Amino acid sequence: MIHSEYLILVVGMGLVTYIPRWFPIFFLSRRQLPQWFSEWLDLIPVAILSALVFPELVTGGNPRHLDFSQPQLWVALPTFLFALKTKSLGGTVVVGMLLFWIVGKLL
Amino acid sequence: MVDIPVATKENRDPGPLARKGMQAAWPICLGYFPIGLAFGVLAQKAGLHPVEIGLMSLLVFAGSSQFIAVSMLGGGATALSIVITTFVVNLRHVLMSSSLAVYLRSVSRGWVALFAYGVTDESFALNLTRFRNGNWDWRQAMVLNHTANAAWIGSSILGGYSGQFIPAGAFGIDYALIAMFLCLLVFQLRGKLYTVTAIIAGVLAVILALLVPGNVYIVLASILAATFGVFFRRLARKNGLLL
Repeated sequence: MIHSEYLILVVGMGLVTYIPRWFPIFFLSRRQLPQWFSEWLDLIPVAILSALVFPELVTGGNPRHLDFSQPQLWVALPTFLFALKTKSLGGTVVVGMLLFWIVGKLL
Repeated sequence: MVDIPVATKENRDPGPLARKGMQAAWPICLGYFPIGLAFGVLAQKAGLHPVEIGLMSLLVFAGSSQFIAVSMLGGGATALSIVITTFVVNLRHVLMSSSLAVYLRSVSRGWVALFAYGVTDESFALNLTRFRNGNWDWRQAMVLNHTANAAWIGSSILGGYSGQFIPAGAFGIDYALIAMFLCLLVFQLRGKLYTVTAIIAGVLAVILALLVPGNVYIVLASILAATFGVFFRRLARKNGLLL
């Protein structure tokens, strides 16, 4: 019942998604990295997390535009402070959801 | 983080290892569930059978690119253009896998191949944080990846079968992943240099997101910000400052 065309599509999508996930681990995990590169990699996580979350908070619509009125942004402030204060991942997720839910009810 | 047990002999046997990995995955599962459902609903509307939906989630396992693929399918795009788009959208994983590589030195090629399959924005962020804390094992990370994967596949199939189970926005569930990212970001702010890098990345990402369509802004902003960061660190070291 799965058409071969569809199968080719998802296998193709799977391959081009898998290779970028696999190759760096395969290539880098057995190598001694130059120091500048280790330092660079050390900063990548904080950069990615920030790059993932900020546009989510302050942009919206299609085409994207700046939007400072989104509840995502206003809930993020207390959620961020909570995370800073408690360093609790589970607590932060629950508090964030709760606040977002309440704000959704009020709006 | 307070709730991470130190790796000892006793939690090296597979039972507790598996449990730790699964427990750690809960924020991701919670976040994937509504997104997976929504994806399933959309895919079904685009004419896909739940089995086909599950197959895509299994083989691709990358949320945003799957949404894009389904909308392109609906618009009659060719397979080649969908595959190319998927490649571009998911290229950001190169950076994540590169950061994770340092922690997977002792792992065999075969396990690496299986681990790599589960690298997503979310699993990367959670695993990396825990690896850095020093008490996270690659096997736990692997269980975490595949737990998240199961939640993704399951919820997308469920969505394909019966539409939305939970009304949109219920219990603020849509905010689970943002809250998780915010907290993981806090964990990464381990000094001035990290904070500066985070601010540069955030500002650049917003600017680029406004200028360039798609999600290239994630990769571009991260690369630029980390490069600035290394530059600052070297500059500071040269001037006898510690950053």
